[in-house]
Amino acid sequence: MSAKIIEKKLIRPPDVFYYKVSAPLISKKARPGQFVIIRLNEKGERIPLSLADINPEEGTISLIVMAIGKTTSEMATMKAGDEILDLCGPLGQPTHIEKTGKVVLVGGGFGVAPLYPIAKAFKAAGNEVVTVMGARSRDLLVYEKEMNAVCDRVVVTTDDGSRGIKGPVTAALEQELSKGGADLVMAVGPAIMMKFVCRTTEPFKVKTIVSLNTIMIDGTGMCGGCRVRVGGETKFACADGPDFDGHLVDWDMLLGRQKMYVAQEKESFEAWKKRHAHAVSEGE
Amino acid sequence: MEEKKKPKIIPAKTPVPEQAPLARRSNFKEVSLGYTKELALEEASRCFGCKNRPCVGGCPVGVPIPEFIAFLKAGEFQKAINKIKETNLLPAVCGRVCPQENQCEKFCTLAKKHEAVAIGRLERFAADWERENGKGGTPPLPPPTGKKVAVVGSGPAGLTCAYDLAKQGHKVFIFEALHAPGGVLFYGIPEFRLPKDIVRREIESLRKMGVEIVTNAVIGKLITVDELLDDYDAVFISTGAGLPKFMNIEGENLNGVYSANEFLTRVNLMRAYQFPEYDTPIRVGERVAVVGGGNVAMDAARNALRLGAREVTLVYRRSEVELPARKEEVHHAREEGVRFELCVNPARIIGGNGWVEAIECVRMDLCEADESGRRSPKPITGSEFQIPVDTVIMAIGTGANPLVPQNTKGLALTKRGYIAADEETGKTSREGIYAGGDIVTGSATVISAMGAGRRAARAIHKYLSGEK
Ligand SMILES: Cc1cc2nc3c(=O)[nH]c(=O)nc-3n(C[C@H](O)[C@H](O)[C@H](O)COP(=O)(O)OP(=O)(O)OC[C@H]3O[C@@H](n4cnc5c(N)ncnc54)[C@H](O)[C@@H]3O)c2cc1C
Ligand SMILES: Cc1cc2nc3c(=O)[nH]c(=O)nc-3n(C[C@H](O)[C@H](O)[C@H](O)COP(=O)(O)OP(=O)(O)OC[C@H]3O[C@@H](n4cnc5c(N)ncnc54)[C@H](O)[C@@H]3O)c2cc1C
Ligand code: FES
Repeated sequence: MSAKIIEKKLIRPPDVFYYKVSAPLISKKARPGQFVIIRLNEKGERIPLSLADINPEEGTISLIVMAIGKTTSEMATMKAGDEILDLCGPLGQPTHIEKTGKVVLVGGGFGVAPLYPIAKAFKAAGNEVVTVMGARSRDLLVYEKEMNAVCDRVVVTTDDGSRGIKGPVTAALEQELSKGGADLVMAVGPAIMMKFVCRTTEPFKVKTIVSLNTIMIDGTGMCGGCRVRVGGETKFACADGPDFDGHLVDWDMLLGRQKMYVAQEKESFEAWKKRHAHAVSEGE
Repeated sequence: MEEKKKPKIIPAKTPVPEQAPLARRSNFKEVSLGYTKELALEEASRCFGCKNRPCVGGCPVGVPIPEFIAFLKAGEFQKAINKIKETNLLPAVCGRVCPQENQCEKFCTLAKKHEAVAIGRLERFAADWERENGKGGTPPLPPPTGKKVAVVGSGPAGLTCAYDLAKQGHKVFIFEALHAPGGVLFYGIPEFRLPKDIVRREIESLRKMGVEIVTNAVIGKLITVDELLDDYDAVFISTGAGLPKFMNIEGENLNGVYSANEFLTRVNLMRAYQFPEYDTPIRVGERVAVVGGGNVAMDAARNALRLGAREVTLVYRRSEVELPARKEEVHHAREEGVRFELCVNPARIIGGNGWVEAIECVRMDLCEADESGRRSPKPITGSEFQIPVDTVIMAIGTGANPLVPQNTKGLALTKRGYIAADEETGKTSREGIYAGGDIVTGSATVISAMGAGRRAARAIHKYLSGEK
């Protein structure tokens, strides 16, 4: 099944884009915390993307994508009306949502986007929801307005102090936990950030859920490329996760496996940039 | 005997032209080039056309072998292929990948003293002849019955079931999780053994018969089997045995360790061998170890060579005679230079900086079968040795993917998590739900999956026609 892009906008210059995609069936089934796998064209790679919003009435899903390599940059050149060749989902287990009391969500960079439907769901289940979100500087923050609309409180941090509290998210999280505690913490973002969030929450003995971003292919449990060690057991992030108890995750293995193809990714990106520049100049 | 003259026995199979081992090591083109017309006629003439047809009994779908070979002898190639197709939907595939030496050819009368008739090669010849010269076409279809069937998974079991049901006038929808149909035929078995074009054509002819194929549809996630039952009159589950197994030894999660499924999927489905023209990368390095002894292991090893590995070692814990792979694949792998370390088992994988550097193995005692069949190999203490490698590929088998069973209430499973289904009909514990292929038997063969699809189609047709 291919899927049409209905709306696209640049939400954080220069490289973070919002896409609304027509996906009637997926939107009816998807739950917060799940993801989709897309392939842009015949020669394309399959890449996983989290659901940044789910709208069953409209029959759409939203994706927030940061252009960092070949596939995500190619996607950045697509426009409303274009078709994504393959869209597969919803995949993974939904985030476990229940009423626990106070939930603190921690988002790094554009990792805040997938937290949006999760925040809505925790709120709807009757929890107090606080979000701690951070970025290097104010221009790099995304989804602040959206999160403000659904959370009880949003704490913003920037490394350079250009907005909110100056410092890393973990410092603000630590403050939040020492002041008011929490019944559950959930972190989404770069692996290294999630690792440090878990270090921060450990002394507070607060259960901390993380959403792991391993390299994936099929996303159905068929290849094992996405395997992670959790509590001494091998798990497949696409099928058993992506959510896991962060205090049990073998972070070094995850960080190592994410780098498996760095050299090839660079080669592929460079080759694409050349082809793309050529295509653009031909088009002029 | 009222025979006029005894047929002359030709003891050996007519050799089939192949790409030379050194040349094919560096390309992905098909290894076996297949018989020419002349060679096929020569080989066909070796068949006596025995009255008791022992070969047919050895074929899981009962292809009328002496009959099709008789047509070949007479030069009636179209009739020969039509004969095969009476019971086998995918002769171009089966002629290439069936383990004939354990099936039809094992029972060939000639095989008692000599080499069996090369039934597989003849089957392939007939199928290829039709593709190039014949009027393939689709069978005439009866008027639509108005019944709808959902088939889950598009491997050989699903494709066969869909074909047979469509031929009865039922409307069939196949739901496939991946972006391309064909199951293992597409994502697992390599191009150099089974060109993907052949699989694509077979699927195209199904589409021409009105079968709809919905890709990127993960049943159990996007739609459950129960929801399918709301819209369809019956469901056939043929999701295969796609869950890769690992050994749970130290170092298995290092960078450079692949499951065979991942390795083959990257190469076949994602075409990593054409990187960077295709986006998906793969890393092979200079030296590769493949753990296992089946077709999957041979495919992984031979792919690794083609991707540029200098040295590929296959590590298998039993002896030569027990290698479960097709004989021809073992032979081809050896010719291409794959090294075999037999009666050897991996103990751990050693790494540095997160990457594989070596695999440590131990030699096994009691690894040869005795009179009673298979014994359990035991490690010999002190026999540990290391093979320096950049990549390790685990090809030690697969299990049942729990996705569909987990999301289908009341579906009875076997102890090992496969779907419990009647062998003759594919009936499961739930009315209207049938199952067949590797998801019922565990990893088996293309032809057995096709057989299961065919038997289930018969049962589903009866069920839809109101017969009990
Ligand atoms: C469950 C999950 C949800 C994700 N959600 C989002 C999201 O909502 N928005 C977003 O922008 N990104 C998301 N990602 C990350 C996204 O998949 C990668 O950024 C993307 O694959 C990069 O592809 P590329 O070709 O542009 O870059 P590349 O240069 O190929 O890769 C850059 C980095 O991305 C990772 N990566 C590469 N290929 C894959 C792959 N096939 N699968 C997973 N990771 C890969 C690697 O760590 C790599 O170093 C998610 C990842 C996972 C696993
Ligand atoms: C590398 C390799 C080499 C082999 N070589 C040989 C050989 O030489 N000769 C031989 O006879 N046999 C061989 N086999 C075995 C043979 O391919 C299998 O026994 C056969 O393909 C099983 O057919 P199937 O239809 O049951 O399942 P499969 O071919 O496994 O197809 C199952 C399909 O279902 C799809 N699926 C799974 N879950 C879902 C879901 N939830 N929703 C929708 N779709 C789903 C899968 O993506 C897949 O496409 C080989 C197997 C492998 C892996
Ligand atoms: S991505 Fe293949 S098993 Fe998870």
